This record gives sequence, structure tokens and C-alpha cells, in this order.
Amino acid sequence: MKHMLKYILKRLLIMIITLWVIITLTFILMINIPGSPFNSDQSSNETVQANLEAHYNLDQPYYIQYLLYIKSIVTFDFGPSIKQPNQTVNDLLSRGFPISFELGIITIVLAVISGILVGIIAALRHNGFLDYLTMGIAVLGISIPNFILATLLIQQLAVNLEIFPTATWRSPAHMVLPVLALATGPMAIIARLTRSTMLEVLTQDYIKMAKAKGLSPWKVIFKHALRNALMPVVTIMGTLFAGILTGTFVIEQIFAIPGMGRYFVESINQRDYPVIMGTTVFYSAFLIIMLFIVDVVYGILDPRIKMHQKGGK
Amino acid sequence: MKSKEEIEYTQTAANVPDEWFSWKERDKEKLEQVSRPSLSYWQDAWRRLVKNKMAMLGLIFLVLLTIMAIIGPILSPYEVNRQSLPDQYQPPSMEHWFGTDNAGRDVFTRTWYGARISLFVGFIAALIDVTIGIIWGGISGYKGGRTDNIMMRIIEVLYGLPYLLVVILLLVVLGPSLGTIILALTITGWVGMARIVRGQVLQIKNYEFILASKSFGTKTFRIIRKNLLPNAMGPIIVQMTLTIPSAIFAEAFLSFIGLGIQAPFASWGVMANDSLGAILSGNWWTLFFPAFFISFTMFAFNVLGDGLQDALDPKLRK
Repeated sequence: MKHMLKYILKRLLIMIITLWVIITLTFILMINIPGSPFNSDQSSNETVQANLEAHYNLDQPYYIQYLLYIKSIVTFDFGPSIKQPNQTVNDLLSRGFPISFELGIITIVLAVISGILVGIIAALRHNGFLDYLTMGIAVLGISIPNFILATLLIQQLAVNLEIFPTATWRSPAHMVLPVLALATGPMAIIARLTRSTMLEVLTQDYIKMAKAKGLSPWKVIFKHALRNALMPVVTIMGTLFAGILTGTFVIEQIFAIPGMGRYFVESINQRDYPVIMGTTVFYSAFLIIMLFIVDVVYGILDPRIKMHQKGGK
Repeated sequence: MKSKEEIEYTQTAANVPDEWFSWKERDKEKLEQVSRPSLSYWQDAWRRLVKNKMAMLGLIFLVLLTIMAIIGPILSPYEVNRQSLPDQYQPPSMEHWFGTDNAGRDVFTRTWYGARISLFVGFIAALIDVTIGIIWGGISGYKGGRTDNIMMRIIEVLYGLPYLLVVILLLVVLGPSLGTIILALTITGWVGMARIVRGQVLQIKNYEFILASKSFGTKTFRIIRKNLLPNAMGPIIVQMTLTIPSAIFAEAFLSFIGLGIQAPFASWGVMANDSLGAILSGNWWTLFFPAFFISFTMFAFNVLGDGLQDALDPKLRK
């Protein structure tokens, strides 16, 4: 228990440093953007500009700006948008993030459940037809970028066959195509990983033991084998979250879903720097915290990790 | 029941007369002869890779793609960026093998030109990742102790940074160009490689031949270069074949959200992005060719990586 606590504290410390790195990085990049943020196409006179700069503390020395910046982020204030008047990054986040979150959660649940099931089936039919078929599809799933899959799905299922609506986010039918486009890659990764670890686990002595005890194959697989085969899947969850999150940028763009990813890409195209920086910090913090949770969960699940010396000698 | 002769025979066999034996010269050549040809690690790995049909398919595709990336644009009579509005959206024909796009540009020429960009970005990014990763991971793993601790903490912090978000951030500020894209892709991209190299080095440095080398007084740098790295090469190569497609994907992804290679360059991602509208109007070829080549290149690298992983794994050696 003491080791556990020490392990969690250590991950927590690393998480905080990582957060600090990303905040500092965005700050350094922000002050290096050529020109003042208010020096855009609208012609404004110098007094107005000076007032604006004073209002956003741009006339202060860098270290004060830096401290103010950290303070604003810690208090969850990501600043205004300079291209959309009277909008703050927080407004955009509160409008767009719930939708993106919904899309992301459905995608993850679908990818994890179906990926694991496919992986188990492939492992049980090792070197059989089903194994080759599913793993062939899985390699394809990893290879086709989600934005290409999305356009293919729109063309085939929405335009040609007219089964699903093409765009927006209103009913479950609207969700099918974007979720499918987004989930295929992670699903394929999980399926491959589950298959290879299942194959390894199935040759272990304790599985033989469980079979020898006369347990049903069902119980052997789901109670004994799967439990251990899932550990590597937990370790890649952090990477998968990141992949799905960045995936929402293009998927929301293609399917015209009014989520955060779409605002983010729009802000990139309009070079709306405060929105870009604010969203990046928000997303990074979200992912870094997710990674921390995954690490802790992994630590709790796997008794073999000696937490007091992980990554050490 | 044995016959009398048989019993007699077995008895005499015990004390064989000397004249039955003849002196035979020992053939030194034959003594050293190995019945099967000996295979080095790499020969064996290659032999096993050749047997893997999917991996070979990937390898052949990549070789052909590289050749076409070099000579494709030269073969074609069209300029990459030559716009010609009367030729807009021509379907594939003898004149334009892959058709033309929204500005009447020849898709065949642009596809090979895009292959140049994608392969260049992928290879250079992977090469830089490998170089930094080997140096960082090698020193960290070999030195151990406090050096390792500090270097690994830095890696753990960097590893937590979301890769594509950092890339996007850098490109927004630096402005997208071939150089900045490679810089952005490698700035945190080497971390995965460093972790793998370190893990390998940690394992190998405890083997006896390293101790032997040390006892001869070999310098540290030479041990790393001559003893450690060649033995850690398998996983490094596998990781590299998986880094290249992720860099290619990242480049296409960035082009797609408007942060990719800018004109006059044409990358597959830019081509796919340009032709998004076209697919709804039925001009499928403008999207099909870049999409096919992005996907198939990633596929080729993935199956080749899988094949290499099996071929280079000493545990699977027969």
C-alpha cells in the first residue's frame, strides 16, 4: 500500500511537470508569433491598440505575463477569441466539447469491446480462416487513415446507398458513420494486441491447469485468460485516447459535427491564436490526466509491477 | 534360439584380430567441415522474411513506389502544377492515366510527386528519430545510475505530451513547410525510439561478451558502437518501419487540416483534401489515387514491420 502511494505520487509529479512543459511551450510560442494579436486587418489607431494591450497585460514584462498566463490556465480561463467577437475559448469549449466527448466515448466503447472480441476469436482460431480474415482486415484498418475511411463511408453508405445521413449530429443514425470512421483504427490495434497476448497467455501452465480442473472453455477464456491478456490493452489506452481525440478534428470537419475539433481546425485556418493555444492546452491537459489515470489503473491491476522501482534499475 | 555360428561370431567380435583394422589418416579439412551452410543472424532473418509473403508484397510495393517517386515525374509530359482549366476533371484516359483534378492538373504526375514528399518526410523523420533515440537511449541505458534516472524522467515527461497536438502547435507558429514539418514531427517523435534502445541496451550490457570487451580495456564509445548497437539492431529496425508510416500519416493528416506542405509542393494529404468535394460529384479518381497510395504505403510498411518483427526475433530462429 505504501509502494502504491509512492507510485501514484511519482506519476502525479511527472504529470504536473508535463503539464508545466506544455503550458510553458504554448507561452513561448505565443510570444514568438510575429505581430501583435490586435494588429490584424482591422485598422485601429495606436491608442486603441495600446489600451487593448494594456487590457490583456501585453505591455507587462514577459515574466509577469508568464505568471499571469499560468494563473489564468490554472483557474480554467483560456482567454478570448480574436476572430469571433465576444467569444471566449471557454464559450467554444462548453459548446463544442460535450459533443466531441460524446463522439469520443461512443468510439472508445465500441473500439474496446469489439476489438477485444475480435482478438479473442482470432486467437482461438489461431492460423485458421477466421484468424487470417480478421487480422487481414485489422492490418487494413490500421493502414487506412480515418479521414480517407470517412470519405469512403460517406460516398458508399450515404451518397450511393443512402442508408445513413451524411452530416451533422442529431440522431443515433447521424452518429453511425463518424463513429465507424473513428473507431476502425483503434479497434484494429486492440484486436491485434489482444490476439497476440491471448496466444501467449493460452500456452501458460495455469490455463492448462484451469482446463484440467474441468472448467468450461468459456470460463477458462473469460475468467483466466482474458484477465491477463488485457494488461497490454490497458497500457495503450493513453495513446488510443490521443489518437481518437486528434481524429475528431478531421472527422468533425468532414461530417460537419459542431464539436470542439471542428472549432479547433477552423481556428487553425483563421490563425486565431488564442483559441489555438487555449484549446491545445485544454486538450493536452485532458490527455495528460487521462494518461495519469491509465498509469494508476495499470498499477492497481497488475500486481507484478514493483511500484517502488518502476523505470529505475 | 541362436545358431552355433552366430554364437561363435559374437564371441570373436569381442576380440577382433588386429589385421582387420587399417590405419586411416585424419582428414583435417573434413573435421572442420560443417554439414549445413552456416547463416549469420542477418542471413537467417532475410531468409525468414522472404518466406513471409505479405512482408515481401509490402517490400516490393515500397521498392516500386520509391522508383516511381524518383522517375515518375520525369516520365510524365505534364508539369506538377501546370493548371489548365479546360482540362478540369478529366476521367482517367490514355492522355491522363489517373485523370485530372479540379484545376486540370495531371493526377498521375502529382501522385508520384506526392510520393516523393511522403517518402522523404517519412524517411528523414524516422532517420532523425533513430539517431537521437540511439544516442539518448544508448547513453541512458549504458551509463545507468543517476544519469539514467534523469534522462528517463525527461523522457517520461516528454512521453506524456500529445504528439500531434505539439506538432500542430509548432506548425501554427513556425508556418508549414517541408523543414518545419520534419522538425515538428521529430521534436517529440524520438522518445519512443529512445525507450526501445534503452531497454535493449539494459538487457545486452549484462552479457558476458560485453564484460570480455571491457576487460580488454575497450573504450565505452567503442563498446556501444561495436558490441551493443549491432545486437540491439532488430527492435530498432522494427520500430523504424513503424515510425515511417506514422510520419506519413501525420503529414497527410496535417495537410488535411490545412497545416501541411504548401504549394508548389503536392503531397498526398493535400491532394486528398483538395478532392473532398469532388467525390460527391462523382469525380472519384481525384480522391482515389492519393487515398489508395497513402493507405497502401501505410499497409506496406505495417506488414513489412510485422514481418521484420518475426524475422528479427532470435527466439523464433529455427
